[in-house]
Amino acid sequence: MELFRTDIILIILAAGVATYLTRIGGYLVLARFKNIPPRVEAALDAVPAAVLTSIVAPAAMTGGWEVSVVILAAFVLGFKLSGLRLLFFGWALAMVLRHAPF
Amino acid sequence: MSEFWRGARHSVPIVLSTAPFGALFGAIAVDNGLTVGEATLMSMSVFAGASQIVGMDLFGKHVPGWLIVLSIFAVNFRHVLYSAALVRYVSHFSALQRYVSFFFMTDPQFAETARESRSNPPVSFWWYMGMALTIYILWALFSFVGAYLGGLIGDPKAIALDVLLPVYFLGLVMGFRKQHGWLPIVIASAVGSMVGMYLFGSPWHVTSGALVGVVVGALLPPKNHVKPVDPADLAGEEV
Repeated sequence: MELFRTDIILIILAAGVATYLTRIGGYLVLARFKNIPPRVEAALDAVPAAVLTSIVAPAAMTGGWEVSVVILAAFVLGFKLSGLRLLFFGWALAMVLRHAPF
Repeated sequence: MSEFWRGARHSVPIVLSTAPFGALFGAIAVDNGLTVGEATLMSMSVFAGASQIVGMDLFGKHVPGWLIVLSIFAVNFRHVLYSAALVRYVSHFSALQRYVSFFFMTDPQFAETARESRSNPPVSFWWYMGMALTIYILWALFSFVGAYLGGLIGDPKAIALDVLLPVYFLGLVMGFRKQHGWLPIVIASAVGSMVGMYLFGSPWHVTSGALVGVVVGALLPPKNHVKPVDPADLAGEEV
């Protein structure tokens, strides 16, 4: 099998261009406005928490009961731990829930 | 250059939580008929994990190429919101620096940049690139390794790799908890995404949840004064 095929490469590169358009799209649109109204600014401030929550919440619902327990526990512990420590805790709890003999 | 290495250090938890998915993507890609070179190239050109895995699913079903491109575009559409929000944090970048930095914008890159702009403004271009390039190179490398080793990863659930990404994203959400209106926004997005998952399925739950959260954020009563940041609040947020 050859390393690269032209038709596949074209799809992959087109997908890359399409993704880059989404990455600069908001910037190109917003650059047309001189002043940002306060409501729009409040909406933009809400973007990170809103998008990240939307990625996590359904995973708590569809990933199996252990994932639901891990995410709930990580939410509570997230008020105390952050970054790597929270990540390690979540991983360790999932391992215990899946492999402990009970 | 110290800013570059500080950014690279900040990428450690991101790399740890995304590397398994890079390897997983590589393995799935080869399983769906891509070569090792094609899988690696895709990680370098698209550089967005969820959409790459969705794309592989479609490659395996032999759907037309334009439909694969359109699906990847749809999954990545949330980036439009990111770049709109990011403009304010990088307004001091040159035009070229903006076009370069936006290429590397991912979920964690965006969240860490938003946090950096609050704790250590203005965001340094080299801090951004130190984080972005570390994530990018290792994402491509782990995709290559995963594709090369193929099915050796086995079941990612058995070693709990599937919880890493949700827990990492949850940690980022928690990092914003001092922000004005955080709890109502988080609750609204959680409900919006779960309802979206139930009604429309993946990946539209991200769109519906984000929309509900952003609308709630816009409609909340505005804060009337800015509270000074207590340094103790930021103590636990170095990563």
